[in-house]
Amino acid sequence: MMPKTIEATINGMPVRVPAGTSILKAAREVNVRIPTLCKHEDLLPTAACGLCIVKVGGSPRMPRACATALEEGMEILTHDPELTEVRRATLELILSNHPNGCLTCGRNLNCELQTLAGDFGIRQDCMPRYVREQEPDASTGSIILEFTKCIKCGRCVQVCQEMQDVWALSFLERGINTRMAPAGDIGLADSPCIRCGQCSAHCPTGAIIEDDETVTVWEALRDPEKFCTVQIAPSVRVALGEAFGYPPGTDLTGKIYAAMRRLGFKAVFDTNFAADLTIMEEAAEFVARFAHGKGELPLITSCCPSWVDYMEKRFSDFIPNFSSAKSPQQMLGVLAKTYFAKKQGIDPAKIYQVSIMPCTAKKFELERTEEMYASGHKDVDVALTTRELARLIKQSGIDFRNLPPASADSILGTYSGAGLIFGSTGGVMEAALRTAYHKVTGRNLEKEAIDIEPVRGLKGIKSAAVDVDGTEVRVAVAHGLGNVERLLLEVRRARDAGEPPPYHFIEVMACPGGCIGGGGQPYGVSDELRSQRIQGLFDGDRGMELRFSHENPEIRTLYDDFLGEPLGEKAHRLLHVRYKARPTYQK
Amino acid sequence: MNAAPLPPLEEIDPALSEEINSYLEEWKDKEGNLIMMLHEIQDRHGFVPREASLLLAEATGVPMARIYEVLTFYNYFKLVPPGKHNVMVCNGTACYLKGAGRLLAELESRLGISDGDTTDDRLIHLETVRCIGCCGMAPAMVVDHKTLGKLNPTDMAGLIEGIRKREESGNDQ
Repeated sequence: MMPKTIEATINGMPVRVPAGTSILKAAREVNVRIPTLCKHEDLLPTAACGLCIVKVGGSPRMPRACATALEEGMEILTHDPELTEVRRATLELILSNHPNGCLTCGRNLNCELQTLAGDFGIRQDCMPRYVREQEPDASTGSIILEFTKCIKCGRCVQVCQEMQDVWALSFLERGINTRMAPAGDIGLADSPCIRCGQCSAHCPTGAIIEDDETVTVWEALRDPEKFCTVQIAPSVRVALGEAFGYPPGTDLTGKIYAAMRRLGFKAVFDTNFAADLTIMEEAAEFVARFAHGKGELPLITSCCPSWVDYMEKRFSDFIPNFSSAKSPQQMLGVLAKTYFAKKQGIDPAKIYQVSIMPCTAKKFELERTEEMYASGHKDVDVALTTRELARLIKQSGIDFRNLPPASADSILGTYSGAGLIFGSTGGVMEAALRTAYHKVTGRNLEKEAIDIEPVRGLKGIKSAAVDVDGTEVRVAVAHGLGNVERLLLEVRRARDAGEPPPYHFIEVMACPGGCIGGGGQPYGVSDELRSQRIQGLFDGDRGMELRFSHENPEIRTLYDDFLGEPLGEKAHRLLHVRYKARPTYQK
Repeated sequence: MNAAPLPPLEEIDPALSEEINSYLEEWKDKEGNLIMMLHEIQDRHGFVPREASLLLAEATGVPMARIYEVLTFYNYFKLVPPGKHNVMVCNGTACYLKGAGRLLAELESRLGISDGDTTDDRLIHLETVRCIGCCGMAPAMVVDHKTLGKLNPTDMAGLIEGIRKREESGNDQ
């Protein structure tokens, strides 16, 4: 049945939208933007901030456009002097409970509240300021809660509870004392928090920000004793440009390499190379389980540290299903301090490895277990998010837009299209299937079959049956942790009933859209933006000659010269991890 | 940020576990059961211990985050053990006008705690309450169920002393 269509007018302009569309959304159809600080496209309306008020017909009431559906024949007025006045007063009220510290705030120049205050020309404090004192919570080392800057819009709580199903943050107390914090007087690090940073990506102000470590990197770069190296994750290259005026999805790999060299990194690696390596190990694991019955099915991917943390806390009965392969970040780190160090004759103790990640949880992954020190040193020393990298480049005076592209360092820099698409939901699955197919059949997928469309796109759970030489491989992909439980319960039910598993291979990424929508990416995430970034990765893949991880020549050299076989003794020691059940609350 | 480490589920006192299960048995099919079970817990212990919330979360599938949203929303629920002696300062309109604030300030300074807190030795709990219906006696207080009126800040030292004395003699018996 076609949904009913509503006809109404907004500021005198006719508008037709499906029944149930909010006034806020309908207004966008006629290019009218109603301000809001609480409603986010990913989330349900909460009508918390009070800025999106409109007038309906001649009524003196001012309903909130985010939580009011457009109805047949409504005459909506979104902007007039009175509405502007009321909105200004609402903003002044919000500002009266907000510290006046824009210059030293993590969201300076990129804050929704600051922008609105600017747009409304608020030039003075109109009300006495009251800000309840509370120390920030930096316990996770990934994200910092700056309670005093919270405007109680509720986005982070909805993200944490509904979208991610993590339930670390809650709305505690009420009235002026309301705060977004973990249950009880505990730090975020002792809560179920998985450091995905989606709260920070959705926060309209500086109340939740990444732990900025650019200064640490500057210090390393100026230390003559250190040999600084860097790796760049797949999804960073299609998002960083947003901080320099490029359209989302623009692949800036070459410019980023060049910027890294200018910054003073002595070797520039690409995490995409390690993504190819992850595929070699993970595809080998899959084939061992699927074709030779060695281990549990489904195999579940493990490159996402937030997902790993979540699984250990919430679904530890799936530990036997988890791929033991490390994430690309950690694989590259350990190889930089073993393989690269050996080949170049550099003391691994002097190598300082920085990773550029779309992700706040990658900071946490660096010290997650003792296996993250497999080289005998901390394999990756510091992880910066895309947002921090943009700042680092701006601080350095590099004219990024006019910078000629450069290339990465060989032996840990060449990558295939399969490694590139790791940054998107479905990408790890697709890359793994391309190589698993080759491992089982001894030949590559035909050119027109390389794109595995059913695992692409932004649907929360995707599933497909892939034909591998007459055998059906059932796969599923979930992104956004709120989608995971349904999938795992399906697997658990079959397992408990002694039935064959509904899937052979499952990919999970914690953030909606996968890493391209990571908690450390440039602000302003929406499905449109996610799609554009994903397009950037898949366009890049399609334009590459090399589209299979197992054909990456540097990967072959690495196994021949150093690692031996996938899943071999050395590969196991350097590239694999074990998991253990953890409590959701430490305190 | 200084909460004690929470014991693993399996190390929590089985008696508490049994108690939570008995509430669950009684309330599981009834609407609004979370709040009613929290009431039962508080009635028994005088507050809602964190371990009890954890067990309740485990048994009901209601996340701790949601349980604490309820617990902290309602003034009624307590998260720490109550003091042995309860000192309530009325802050209703009449008492407020007659200087309840000065009584509270004096108590806070003498006890070294703030409104809503309990002394480290768990002896005295201090809180403000809305009108207790004794406006004619403003400013008024209720100390261990006994209403006192027309108080001055200078009365506070003796009042605290009285509680401590009673406690000591009680211990001597």
